[in-house]
Amino acid sequence: MKFPALRTYAYIYLLFLYAPIILLPIFAFNDGTIIAFPLKGFTIEWFRQMADNSTLRKAVQNSLIIALSASIFATTLGVFAARAATRFSFPGKGGIIGLIMLPLVLPEIIVAVSLLVVLLGIGVKLSVFTVILGHVLICTPYAIAILNTAFNALDRSLEEAAYDLGETKLSTFRLITLPLVMPGIISSLLMSFTISLDEFIIAFFLAGAEPTLPTYIFSQLRFPKQIPMIMALGTCLVAASIILLTIAEYFRRRGIAKTGGTDTGGFL
Amino acid sequence: MTNRPTMIEFQEVHKYYGDYHALRGITASIRAGEFFSLLGPSGCGKTTLLRTIAGFEDISSGAVMIDGKHMEHVPANQRPTNMVFQSYAIFPHLTVEQNVGFGLRRAAGTPAEKARRVEEALEMVGLKGYGRRAAHALSGGQRQRVALARALILKPKVLLLDEPLSALDKKMREQMQVELIKLQRQVGITFVLVTHDQEEALVMSDRIAVMFEGEILQLADPETLYRRPNSRRVAEFIGVMNFLPASVLGESGGHVQLEVAGLGRVDIEAAQGSGRATDGTVSVGFRPETLTILYEGQTAMDRETPGTVDEVVYYGDMTYYDVRLDGVDRVVRISMRNVFGRPVLDIGTRTRVAWSAGALVLFR
Repeated sequence: MKFPALRTYAYIYLLFLYAPIILLPIFAFNDGTIIAFPLKGFTIEWFRQMADNSTLRKAVQNSLIIALSASIFATTLGVFAARAATRFSFPGKGGIIGLIMLPLVLPEIIVAVSLLVVLLGIGVKLSVFTVILGHVLICTPYAIAILNTAFNALDRSLEEAAYDLGETKLSTFRLITLPLVMPGIISSLLMSFTISLDEFIIAFFLAGAEPTLPTYIFSQLRFPKQIPMIMALGTCLVAASIILLTIAEYFRRRGIAKTGGTDTGGFL
Repeated sequence: MTNRPTMIEFQEVHKYYGDYHALRGITASIRAGEFFSLLGPSGCGKTTLLRTIAGFEDISSGAVMIDGKHMEHVPANQRPTNMVFQSYAIFPHLTVEQNVGFGLRRAAGTPAEKARRVEEALEMVGLKGYGRRAAHALSGGQRQRVALARALILKPKVLLLDEPLSALDKKMREQMQVELIKLQRQVGITFVLVTHDQEEALVMSDRIAVMFEGEILQLADPETLYRRPNSRRVAEFIGVMNFLPASVLGESGGHVQLEVAGLGRVDIEAAQGSGRATDGTVSVGFRPETLTILYEGQTAMDRETPGTVDEVVYYGDMTYYDVRLDGVDRVVRISMRNVFGRPVLDIGTRTRVAWSAGALVLFR
């Protein structure tokens, strides 16, 4: 430890990063509508309020439907694109991949507005479905980036060996390719799910009258009375994230142990 | 050997990758039950040729026949060939037994029968009892054996081996060479091996095709290839060969009269030469072990030439001498087995070199 200053900096950095998240559960159980110390007492009133709120339930339901559909669609498209990009060469490949990856660098507000204009122009009614479309668009580049790595790491001769031993192209994909890129697929699903779940701008523009979790939370922030309930909601989300990441990490490590690879770091 | 039927036949096989001409008219046949090697430097097309047999590469023109059948519209999964890959391509998520038995998935037979065949295959490659192990926990040599067992379990007509020993260390490689030869004799299947290691090819093969730039330069048994290479490129690729410039004085009755720099007038059999004369200058080649340094009191059986020792490389059992023959501005390499009581010569020693016209190879 030659640089005590850097070490202190690192601690302060971590404190600022995580302190707000620690405050979340503290105020979620605090018996008072004002978010300030000293704490008033323990209550689960906010969680009860949250459970009783039908609009919130609707928003959670919408968000889950959107995030699930978008992550599955984006990952499926990603599998096709990543396989094509890593296995085949065809004219215009660079340009096509570039176009697919473009939403990664485009400002989301531009994507959202353009989509809105197009959708309204061709007369599609705004709904959960239109949000899914928008989210697939922004999730697919992330899915491809993750899956490209997975497919690149796959030794091509493994597929050839299975084909050589009498399997068809399809059964080779099912028996060899899919199990070996599965960690990548799970990562891609989780990444897309997370991106979709907390995405605000596209959901705000394309959801029409349907609430999603981020747009609902945003709308409630205007009412100070609702803030403890949002805190409770936040606590639930943090807990869910931790559980989800733990499961993902468990599968990732098990996958590595199974294939005998060396651990090159994951989520945790 | 020679009366065996043909197993694989290449007829004017061409392969282009865009503008790149990877295979330039390969015509050759591989006999049933033979251990055949494709030898050449990297990029010579030997792996591409192997993959055309397996069906992983389409050919641009020509034909590949296996066991008399045209392979043009037969995909890799329906060809009577199986392959051992350079990386072994062991399925990392399966056990040893699942790997070896992978090809049996679509085969007829009860599970018990299949399990017995897997057990037999494992026993054949010396991995009895390893069935339940995870494939990724094996060493390099063991992975290689699993790959062999997996490829042989379907009893293919041809086993293709793509540089199977290149990932092993020297000792393991030599051991596996012997085991592969024994295995090939035991199963009697045609083996086609791709290698860039000339020693490996000489040790293992019944016949070798030496490839350069998409062409087969010479196809012969190891001894012919070593003793009578048909071109300087083949000669230089396989072992060490000395070259001396020469000129043709005359040709008659199956004999060629040469004037060789340093060696003088030599009369050799025309069969010792190869190729077509492009101009007057030719060269004569000979292997280091065909020359002998004469010690005090020894006389040559055939011919001898004086020279000076230019460099000495001591290898324990052997010593390599670079000797500058009188009247030539280049050195020739001579390998001498070290014998007890015979001193290793010093640099600068005047010496006599014994040689025989029968060991010369004429390149024109």
